Amino acid sequence: MEVPILKQGPYLIASIQSALSDADLLQLRDAIVQQVGMFRSRGVIVDVTALDVMDSFATRTLRDITFMIRLRGAETVIVGIQPDVAFTMVQLGLKLEGVPTALDLEEGIAFLNKEGPVQGKEASARGR
Amino acid sequence: MDGERALTYPAGLSVSPSRGRDLVLAEAAVQIQGDTDIVGARQKGRMLAATLGFSSSELTLIATAISELARNIVQYAKHGEIVLRLLERGEQRGIMIRAKDEGPGIPDIRRALQGGFSTSRSLGLGLAGVRRLMDEFEIESRIGFGTTVTARKWKR
Repeated sequence: MEVPILKQGPYLIASIQSALSDADLLQLRDAIVQQVGMFRSRGVIVDVTALDVMDSFATRTLRDITFMIRLRGAETVIVGIQPDVAFTMVQLGLKLEGVPTALDLEEGIAFLNKEGPVQGKEASARGR
Repeated sequence: MDGERALTYPAGLSVSPSRGRDLVLAEAAVQIQGDTDIVGARQKGRMLAATLGFSSSELTLIATAISELARNIVQYAKHGEIVLRLLERGEQRGIMIRAKDEGPGIPDIRRALQGGFSTSRSLGLGLAGVRRLMDEFEIESRIGFGTTVTARKWKR
């Protein structure tokens, strides 16, 4: 099942609609990395509200997406991790370290607006 | 009487006398041949477990454990089977997940179970993680013959 990626101003929004297979997740990763260049996007929001399971593979792939996008010069934020999913991830020891998360789409957009490309550069220059 | 005897042991400890007396309330098997079957297996497990009245966070935990075990099959053995059973042991009810494959086997089970918390590609996380999520966990592996992992979660 392909995940729709919407362009919203300077941002891309990938809204996961249903359970994803490993192949779907990898497809999503490659599509986002491509489209960030195509649309010269400054930020990416991955909405995982509909995901009822985030196992080690899903977590690793989301982390990969975030780091790949960062190397491309944009920022990613994961939004909508459900309470039960968060509980299980903590039990499993999956932390998503270095990956920004936000409560929902609205908070995700607010986060990216605050990060901005210039502020982001200054922050990394300070060795954040 | 039997039920009480089983209950005197803490969950998590494997007690062989009571294990033989687990009553099977329902059973389902899912063939695992590729990564799309992982999703099917965990959805089936969640549905089955829901009939016992597990809480929604326990259902997520169970579905995630199935996901990790099914992925191990795809990754290391290519194909295998997930057997799901609803069990009754004395007063307790729970779900058993058994992941069976005829893959290469695990050379060092102890190491495979140590697995750190990292999201590395190591064998460790899947099995160590599942052990952490479930109440009981057993593993049998023979080089060249395959691996069977059995895990149980009892309803609180």
